[in-house]
Amino acid sequence: MLKFLGKRVFQIVILLFIYVTIVFWLMEALPGSFLDKYLMNPKITPEIRENLKRQFGLDKPVFTRYLYYMKNFLVLDLGVSFSYFPKKVSSIIFERLPRTVFLFATSTLISYAFGYNLGKRSAWRRGKVVDQVTTFTGIIFWTIFLPLLAIFNIWLFGVILGILPLNQFIEPNLWRHVSFSAQDLFLKLLLNAFIFLIVFLIAMIISRGLKTIAAKRILLYTSSIVTIVISVSIWILSGKAIYAWDIIKHMVLPVFTLTLYSFAGSMLVMRDTMLDVIREDYITTAKAKGLPDKIVRDKHAARNALLPLVTNFVISLGFTISGGIITETMFSWPGLGRAYLEALSQQDSPLLIGLLVFTGVFVLFAHLVADILYAFLDPRIRY
Amino acid sequence: MVDAVIKEPLWKIRLKLWMRSLRTGWELFRERKLAVFGLGVIIFFAVFGLVYPLYPTIMKNIFWKNDPFGYQTFAPYDPIIGFDPDIMSHPSAPSFRHPLGTDPLGRDILSMIMYSTPREFVLGITAALITVVIGTIIGASCAYYGGVIDTFFMRLADIVMLFPSLALLMVLSAFIDLTLFRLALIIGMLSGFGSITLVLKAQALTIKVRPFIEAAKSTGASDAYIIFRHIIPNILPLSFLYMMLNVTGAIFTEATLSFLGLANIRMSWGVIIQMAESSGYLMGASIGTYWWLWLPAGVCITLLCSAFYFLGRGLEEIVNPRLRKR
Repeated sequence: MLKFLGKRVFQIVILLFIYVTIVFWLMEALPGSFLDKYLMNPKITPEIRENLKRQFGLDKPVFTRYLYYMKNFLVLDLGVSFSYFPKKVSSIIFERLPRTVFLFATSTLISYAFGYNLGKRSAWRRGKVVDQVTTFTGIIFWTIFLPLLAIFNIWLFGVILGILPLNQFIEPNLWRHVSFSAQDLFLKLLLNAFIFLIVFLIAMIISRGLKTIAAKRILLYTSSIVTIVISVSIWILSGKAIYAWDIIKHMVLPVFTLTLYSFAGSMLVMRDTMLDVIREDYITTAKAKGLPDKIVRDKHAARNALLPLVTNFVISLGFTISGGIITETMFSWPGLGRAYLEALSQQDSPLLIGLLVFTGVFVLFAHLVADILYAFLDPRIRY
Repeated sequence: MVDAVIKEPLWKIRLKLWMRSLRTGWELFRERKLAVFGLGVIIFFAVFGLVYPLYPTIMKNIFWKNDPFGYQTFAPYDPIIGFDPDIMSHPSAPSFRHPLGTDPLGRDILSMIMYSTPREFVLGITAALITVVIGTIIGASCAYYGGVIDTFFMRLADIVMLFPSLALLMVLSAFIDLTLFRLALIIGMLSGFGSITLVLKAQALTIKVRPFIEAAKSTGASDAYIIFRHIIPNILPLSFLYMMLNVTGAIFTEATLSFLGLANIRMSWGVIIQMAESSGYLMGASIGTYWWLWLPAGVCITLLCSAFYFLGRGLEEIVNPRLRKR
C-alpha cells in the first residue's frame, strides 16, 4: 500500500509539473496582455506603461518568466494578481474557495443522497413505472441546458413566488451597519455545518453498536436535533442569526438548481451497479431465507453497490471549479468559477494560471483520495 | 459433396449475417421504451431540420404575396438578417405570421431554430465521430502494443483529463476563431485523447487475451491487420455507444459557449438564448413575459441532448450484457 502510494504521489508530482507548464504557455499564447487596455488612456504615458511593465515583470523574456514562475510554484507562491493589484493570487483563491466549496459540497451531498435512494429503488423495481419515470426525469434534468434551468428557477422562485433572493451572495442593505465581514460569518457558518456533519457521523458510528432499530433511530434523530437546536440558539444569542440566515437564503436557489441538475448522475451509477449486484447468489439466498424485501434491498444489495458511488462522489468533488463557472455566473455567486470568468475577460494571467493550477491540484488530490478509499472500502482490492 | 459448397458470394453472406444481428439488436432495442423515444426525437429533429428550406418560402408566399417593397431579395424569414417591418415593435409574441414570435432584432424564432438544427447535428456528430475514431484507434493500439505507446497515451489522457474542458475552451476561444467545425474538432480531440481512451483500452485488453488473436498471430497476420480486423470490430459496439453519449456533451458545450458569447457561430440554439439574455429579456419578471425568446431554443437543446443520451443508454443495455434483463 505504501509503495503504491509513493509511486502514485511521484506520478502526481510529475503530472502536475507538466500541467503547470502547459497552462503557463497556454496563457502566454493569449494575444495581448493586461497592460494593453491602458494603450488608449491618455493619462498613462508610455513611460508609465514601461514602468508598469517592469513592475509586473512583463519586460523579461517569456522563458525567464517561466523559470521564475516554476521557482515560485515550488514554494507554493502563485504570484500577484494584475486586476486586484497588490493582492496575491493565493489570497484571492482562499477567499473565494470556501464559497465554492460550500455551495458544491452541499449540493453534491444532497444530490448523492437523493441519487442513492432513487437509484436503489428504480433498480429494485426495474422496468416498472417507478423505474421509467425516475430514469426519464433524471436524464432530462441531467441533459438540461443548465443556464436555462438557473434562469427558470430564478424566475419561478425569485419573481413569481418571491420567496427567495434572485442572486448575489448577501443583501447589501442589511449589511450596511455591521462591523464584521460577511466572510468571517460565512466561515463560522461553514464551521457549524462541519461540526454538524461530524456529530452526525459519530452518532452513526455509535448507532452501529446498538441492538434495536428503534434505539438507532432515536440516537440519530436526537443527536442531530440537539446539534441543530444548540447551534441555532448560539446564532440567535450572538445576534448574528439574521445575517447568517441571509447568506443561507442566498444559497438555497443555487444549491437547489445544482442538485436538480446533477442528481441523475449518481442515480444512474447507483442503478447500474445495483442491477449487477441483484444478480448475485447471496441476494437470492437472502430472499429465500424469507427476509423482507426492504431489508434485502437496503442491507444486502444497496450496501454492496455503494462502492462506485463513493469513489464517484470524491472525484466529482474535484471538478467543482469547472462546473462552477455556469452556476456561479448565473447566480452572481462570488466563487472560483466566477473569478475565472472575470480573470479571463480582464486578461489577468497570474490569476488565470493560479485558478487552473489550483483546480488541477484539487482534482489530482481527489483522485488520490478515491484510490485510497477504494482499497479501504473493498477488501478485495490490494495495491 | 461439391454441391454443398456455398455458391453465394462472400459479401452476400456477410450482409445476411449483418442483417440478422441487426434484427436481434432491434428486437432488444425495441423493449427499451426510453431508447425508442430518444430515437423518435432524433428522427423528428432530423426531419425538422431538413424541411427548413421550405419554411421561409412557404411563409413568404402566404404573408408577403404582393411584395410591398418590390424587390426580390427581401427575406423576412431569414434566420440571420431577416426583419419583419410590418410589426411595430419587436420582440413580438407568437402569431400566425411568426409561429414562435420574433426576437429583439425582428427575426423569426422558428426560422432560427430550424436553421440551426442541421448545424447542431453536424457539430454533435462530427465531434463524437472524431472522439470515437481517436479513442478507438489509440485504445486498441495501447492495449495491443503496451509498453512505451501505452504509457505515453495513458499519461496524455491523464493530463487532458486534468483540464476542465469548459474552462480550457474559454481560454482557447481567445486566440482561436471558434467556428462550428473548429469547435467540433477541439471538443472531439479533447474527449478523444481523454477519458474515452481509458474505457476503450480496458475493453480492448479483454479482447487481446482471447484465443483468436493468438490464432491470427500464429498465421502470420501483421499488427495493423490484427488491430483493425480483430480488435477494433470487437470494441466497436462500445465506441458507438460512447459516440452517442459524446454527441450530448458536444451539443451542450456548444450551447454553453454560445450562451457566454465566446464562440464565433452565426446562429445556433445557444446564440438564440444569448441574444435574449444580452438584450436584457431574461432578467426579473420579463422572463415570463417573453417566454418565446428562450423556451423553444432551450427545449430544443434539452430534448436533443437527452434524446442522444436515451439512445446511448438503450444501446448500452444491448452492448453490455450485465445490464440486460435476465
